[in-house]
This record gives sequence, C-alpha cells and structure tokens, in this order.
Amino acid sequence: MVMTGVETGRGLHVRELTVRFGGVTSLDDVTLALPSGTCGLIGPNGAGKTTLFNVVSGFVTPVAGRVLVNDEDVSSMSAHRRARWGVRRTFQTEQAISSLSVFDNVLTVYEHAGGHRRSSRDAVMAALEIAQLDGLASRPVGSLGAGERRFVEIARAVVGSPRLILLDEPAAGLPDEETARLAGVIVSIPERVDATVVLIDHDMSLIQTCCSVIAVLDFGRLIATGPTADVLRHPAVRAAYLGEAA
Amino acid sequence: MKRATLSTIGMAGTAAALMFAAPVLLSAFWISVLIGAVTTVMLALGVGVLYWRVGLVSLSQVALFAVGMWVTMRVGFATSLPYPLLLVVSGLVTLGIGVAIGLPALRLRGIYLALVTLFVAQTVSIVLGNLQFPNGGGGFSGVATSISDSKLARRPSFAGADVAYLRFAVVVAALLFALVWIHVRGKPGRAWASIRQSEAAAESAGINITVYKLWAFALASFIAGVAGGVSAGHLGSANPTTYSAVSNILLFAVVVISGAVSLWGALIAGALKDVLPQFFDKTLHISERWSYILFGVGVLASLMLSTRAARRKGVSW
Repeated sequence: MVMTGVETGRGLHVRELTVRFGGVTSLDDVTLALPSGTCGLIGPNGAGKTTLFNVVSGFVTPVAGRVLVNDEDVSSMSAHRRARWGVRRTFQTEQAISSLSVFDNVLTVYEHAGGHRRSSRDAVMAALEIAQLDGLASRPVGSLGAGERRFVEIARAVVGSPRLILLDEPAAGLPDEETARLAGVIVSIPERVDATVVLIDHDMSLIQTCCSVIAVLDFGRLIATGPTADVLRHPAVRAAYLGEAA
Repeated sequence: MKRATLSTIGMAGTAAALMFAAPVLLSAFWISVLIGAVTTVMLALGVGVLYWRVGLVSLSQVALFAVGMWVTMRVGFATSLPYPLLLVVSGLVTLGIGVAIGLPALRLRGIYLALVTLFVAQTVSIVLGNLQFPNGGGGFSGVATSISDSKLARRPSFAGADVAYLRFAVVVAALLFALVWIHVRGKPGRAWASIRQSEAAAESAGINITVYKLWAFALASFIAGVAGGVSAGHLGSANPTTYSAVSNILLFAVVVISGAVSLWGALIAGALKDVLPQFFDKTLHISERWSYILFGVGVLASLMLSTRAARRKGVSW
C-alpha cells in the first residue's frame, strides 16, 4: 500500500529531500512521485507540507535532494526562474495584488513568465474563465472579498503555460458554497491546462473530490502515497491524520 | 470620464497655470520660489517611485540632486552642449551612481536601507563640501579661487529670464511625469506593485526582484540628476551645506505627507516644501521653521491615513 518508489515521467518527483531549520528536521529524506492530473498532499499541521511546496517552488533550499518536474531537474533554479519555467503556486495567506485590477494581476504573471504581448489578452481572459472570474476583469482586487481573491490567485497560477501548479490551502476560510465552486475550478484545471496540480488542504471532502492520488506526510516523513480512496483507508494514515487508532 | 483621464487633464491644467497664469499674477520673488518648487516636485516624483510604488526608503535623493547640479555646472562650464543635453548627461551620471548604490543596498530593506542611503548622502555631502560647486574655474573641480573670476552656471539660451526658465522647468517636469507614467502603467509598474505587496508573491509570479528594484533606483536617480540640473540653472551657484543629510530626511518626510501614492502627491510635495515655508515667512510673517513642525504632524497623520487608504483602494495614477 505505501508506495515510495520513484517513477519518472510527467508530474512532480522529489528525491531524497531533506530540509532542516536549525536543529529541526522539517523534511526527512522524502522521496515522492505525483503523476500528472490533480494530486493531494495531506498531513497534520507541522508535517512539512508547505515546506515541501517551498522547496519545490524554490523558496527554501534543501540540505539534500532534488526536485524534478516533467523529468526536468529544477533544483538549481531560483524561485522566479522556476515560476517563469512553469512552477506556479499560491500561498496559505492570499497574495493577490490589491492595487491592481483582476486583469492586471493575471497579466503580471503572464508577462513575466515570458508570454507574448500580442496574445496576452486572450491568455489572461482564458485564465479568468478557468477561475470563473471573467466578469470581474476590470475590478480592483482590493475591492473584492476574500473568496474572490482566492480565485484571482488561481487565475494567476493557471495563466500561460504552467507545468506544475501548487495550491496551498486554497479553501482556507471559504464558506461551503465557495468551496464547492473552488472544487469545480480545481477539477477543471487539468482539462484546460497541461499541468500537474498539487493541492494541500485540510478539507478532506475537497481533497476527495479533486484528487485521484494523494500523498501523506507526518513529522517530515512520507507515510503513504497512492490512489486517494486506498490511502485514506490505510491504518497509518488514519492514525496520524484522521485521529483513529491504527 | 475615467479617473486617469481626469487626472491627466488636471495635471495639464496645473502645468498651463504655472506656465501662463503664474507669470501674470505673481511677483519675481514668487516666480523664483515656483522654479524651486518645480525642482522639488521632480525630486519628490523620484522618491515617490521608490517609496509609494516599490516600498523602498531611500534617503539619498537630495544627494543625487546635488550631484546632478554639480555635473550640470561642471559640464556646462567646460562644454557648449545644449542645456537639455546637459540635463540628460547629469541624469545618466546620477543613474550610474544610483545603480552603484542600489546594487549592494538592495539586499537590505526598511530602516537598514534607509541608514545605508543616509550614509551615502552624508558621504556625498562631505565630498561636495571639499570639492565645492563649480563656478567657471579650471581643473576637475572647476572652482575659481578669486571672486572676480567666478561665474554663474548658464541657463538655456531660450530661457534666460526667470519666467522663461519657469516654463522650461515645467516642461522638463512634464516630461519626467510622462516617463514615470509610462513606467507605472506598464510592466515595471505592475512588477513594482507586486514587490511592494509581497516579495514572495512577486517571485512566484516570475518577477526578478533585484532587477525591478534596481530599475526603480535607476529611474529615481535619473530624475534626481535632471532635477539637480534644472536647479543649477535656476540658482547659478550653490553652497554644499544646503544639501546635507538632514535635507534628505526632510524631503522624505514631505513625500510621506503628500502621499505621493498618486503622481499628484509629487505636486503637493513641491508646494509643501518650497511654497509653504515662504508663505509662512513672507505672507503670514511667521518663521518658516514652524512649517517643519507641521511636517512632523503631517507625517504622523499621513502614515495613519494614506497608508491605510493605499491598502484599501490601491496605488493609483
């Protein structure tokens, strides 16, 4: 059941990843393969999920290990170069730019990711359509509610030609109806964009709705990975994350 | 009508009033004050780019202004370059110095960047204190030892009188506003807005933070150099002690008060720093030093009000 072997090919592959902050080991020799499509990354608070995102997106340099996206080693790229290359992410704390319009927020990512000026309008509108924001293009982000701003972040992540999209707790603080809308958006991403989506969230129904494959971290170690339904039945996962006796 | 269009019309109206109404309505003294205010507007424009657009606290802009003055005077005495070209040369020299300051300093943020740039300002002040401003003499410094040999810095041939020079200064300021507007409305402006809100989010958008911060530094430094060049022609000669580290802090305070969150703030900064003290002195007959107390109160009020407004509404044109 617990699969830790490293396959190659499309998707996200991390190999023997170790991250330490002073004396604390945040990720301990993690080797993980997530295939293309939408995958989940779950685990209790402090398990190392966001640290893994930070390493994959280039914000944290690991002590050891490598990160491969679609078989390409991105380990030596800086954060902004990874973003240009196609590693996109959102943050736990929403980070859309308040002073710009929804359109300009998405355009900013597109133009810095090397998108062509001529096709920018079409590309931005396509991203807004995926994020179900096409009616709000000219609105200043500062005037939007917290929920809509989450969707702006998703539009920023999908614009252009992303290869890997990391969504860090996008449903945090959203009401149920917005979470359902978010699930629809996330499920539609791989159908519209040729990218692997990795989703961190504590909302298990969102994870089950969106993700065909999940990985579970606990205390910086990978304890399980595989098809969502199978992993959620695994005794170690139930003990570590779902709070049930193994 | 869109807000940006209204704003542009307002700016054009202000420029026209300065160029055509002010000479009719105001005395020679106030025309001179207005020329000084226009150079301050240019300086504030650069500080506004750094602080309100990118979130950088640089306290070296007045020092770069003084360097721009020095270069315009020195090259003006040594060559017969047309005055507009002198301004471009000054701007390019200060741009180079600004980038040289920015490269190591941009690893710093907040108070640490402020301290480093203040140190640079003090260094420039000391160097200029030893070098003195050129007055038509020979050698590198261009300082004539006898008063009889000293000359005033030249002005453009088409703007010798104060009124014509005010119009020239307004045109230069308008060109600098256009330069900043093009930046703010384009790719650099969006990158700066991203950096200002969150460097992490900016990097995750593919923005090279170092390049865009340096770009802002270069633009503000160029503006400071050009403003210094305009001031050189206005004053003719200058005393290095005028451009001390304290004057950098005062300029920054004025920019914070004026809330150069929009480009209008730069205009308000010029009025506050140059016109208000003279209004206190000449019209109200109160010492201009009282205006500094107003600046202090204004900084507090601005920090509480305009920063909150900027977060709520966003930085605008």
